[in-house]
Amino acid sequence: MSESAFQIFVNALLANNFVLAMFLGLCPFLGVSGKLDTAFPMGIATTFVMLVASLCAYGLNLLLTAFHLEFLRLISYIVIIASAVQLVEMVLKKYSPALFRALGIYLPLITTNCAVLGVALFQTAREYDFVQSVTFSIGGGAGFTLALVLMASVRERLTLSNVPDLAQGTALSLMLAGILSLSFMGFAGLGG
Amino acid sequence: MNTAQYKTWDEFMEGVWRQNPVFVMVLGMCPTLAVTVSAINAISMGVATLFVLVCSCGLVSLMRKLTPKEVRIAVYIVIIATFVTAVDYAIQAISLALYDALGAFIQLIVVNCIILGRAEAHAAKNPPIPAMVNAAGMGVGFTIGLLALGVVREILGAGTLFGVSLFGAGFQPWVIMVLPPGGFFVLGAWLLLFAWWARRRAGLPAKEATQHV
Amino acid sequence: MSDQSSTGKKVIPIVTAAPEIAVPVSPTGAMIRTLGLVSAICGLIIVGAYQGTYDAVAANKRIATERAVFKVLPKAKSIEEFVAQAGGGIARVGAGDTAIPPGGVKFFAAYDEAGKLAGIAAEGVGKGYADNVRIMFGYQPDCQCVVGIGVVAMRETPGIGDKIITDKDFLANFTALDVKLKADLSALANEVKAVKHGTKTGAWQIDAIAGATITSRAVGKAINDSAQALLPRLVPKLDTLAKKS
Repeated sequence: MSESAFQIFVNALLANNFVLAMFLGLCPFLGVSGKLDTAFPMGIATTFVMLVASLCAYGLNLLLTAFHLEFLRLISYIVIIASAVQLVEMVLKKYSPALFRALGIYLPLITTNCAVLGVALFQTAREYDFVQSVTFSIGGGAGFTLALVLMASVRERLTLSNVPDLAQGTALSLMLAGILSLSFMGFAGLGG
Repeated sequence: MNTAQYKTWDEFMEGVWRQNPVFVMVLGMCPTLAVTVSAINAISMGVATLFVLVCSCGLVSLMRKLTPKEVRIAVYIVIIATFVTAVDYAIQAISLALYDALGAFIQLIVVNCIILGRAEAHAAKNPPIPAMVNAAGMGVGFTIGLLALGVVREILGAGTLFGVSLFGAGFQPWVIMVLPPGGFFVLGAWLLLFAWWARRRAGLPAKEATQHV
Repeated sequence: MSDQSSTGKKVIPIVTAAPEIAVPVSPTGAMIRTLGLVSAICGLIIVGAYQGTYDAVAANKRIATERAVFKVLPKAKSIEEFVAQAGGGIARVGAGDTAIPPGGVKFFAAYDEAGKLAGIAAEGVGKGYADNVRIMFGYQPDCQCVVGIGVVAMRETPGIGDKIITDKDFLANFTALDVKLKADLSALANEVKAVKHGTKTGAWQIDAIAGATITSRAVGKAINDSAQALLPRLVPKLDTLAKKS
């Protein structure tokens, strides 16, 4: 019944990749995957926020369940994620300006990244315990980063190739994402 | 039509057609691709989003004079999350099967960029009626986009439409279409079609590959 | 993503919470007042929606569970929910009471029209190809066997993994799947297991679907795990469930 931490990690990273199999976080995936230099920091920033959000959501869920206030779950999750993002932003700004410069511009965007809320909602729905939640969020974030980096690498190569006019832009990105997604299906069953 | 009516109609059609959130602005992709494995799921998701969009834009617009700009995002998010929670319970009450099919994506309507975008770009600056009309247009446009995907994916991937079998028992479904890659492919194909059509209308010859050197 | 617009005005900027250059700062009082007002309105709406749909949602859930149980135990006409506690006792779960004590296993006792026990139904989970496969299975005390399964939730590949609900040969495994307990009632006498297509030898084995072995195995594991946890506690107490209470 209970999955091991390793299984959860592998599943979130590959077999149930957040972007390519579960369709979470597609906006940044299509928007920020143009260049490798931006894709990687974005992925790391998102992973970081996911971890924070997952921790907050875990604590919050204990509280909500204790008081039988499950109907406030969604609204409190989103508020806590938005606050967590702000907090991370402020802390980074104060204690690590270098890191803030690298990640700063992506942080506000992450609030509306459905992968972050997705982590919180899925870990609740699957009743993960503390360790499982943490592994799940790190695995999910790593999977998100992986998808973003792969996509960015492919798109960088594509700028050098000969693409029909009509297909350029989003249509091409979507086709690429489809092919990536197809190859990720090969990982299914891995975390059995 | 007189001017006022025309303006309202124009406001509405902006979201439905010229600024279609799915095909033109490519926003709200997560639910667009995730739930469109069948036409019925697509419509339900579209209608749920439409409802949240109209209600939250209305409320945001009503509150617009009371909202200091420093806390506006927080206010929008809380308002949107409220209506999403309401829709979440409404869908559970209407049909549990539908609720299971849409899964977490009902709750993920909260972070659909279309809604926050509309609240910020339109509802916060306009009176309630135009804001809601505009939001309704966007919602209808989104529903149409979802439906376009859902219909194609259901026909190709399962050989059915709204659950009704179209081709008889001999049909071998193109299963990949209802799997994640199919979502990307079908949306990509729709965008290609629209690009080609826009090109045709503009009267430009469809150029073959151009050299980027 | 794209900011261009045919009407020329700026449309849908990507929303950022980045602080703008601080032109006159709104008074703190106004902020608190607005946030308070919004929270109050939103709180009212949420509670209203929750209360307004509570009965309908509860009814829907009950109907869904009943349907799932009736499918695996066709003779059943009504169900009651129980928990087999860790210590060995059996407790009834009241309607709307969703909390299960730690270590408890939930199951449903199904009764026929006359109020006689028609069978026991329980859920099980196994790791399938794409995600967990949740199944409901029916248990018949007379033959100590599983008499039917139904899928509660799964995301297996359509056309391959989802054959577990359509494949007649596979479903034939579950007309009388042996889940007898050992003589001391501590565990199943034989582990329920899915075996490769065509190699089934015992009544406790499941003949897997060729090409969907992983999904078939998930079903086997789901039944085995759930039965191992439930039956040793349930079987000694079956008498208490014989009549509808």
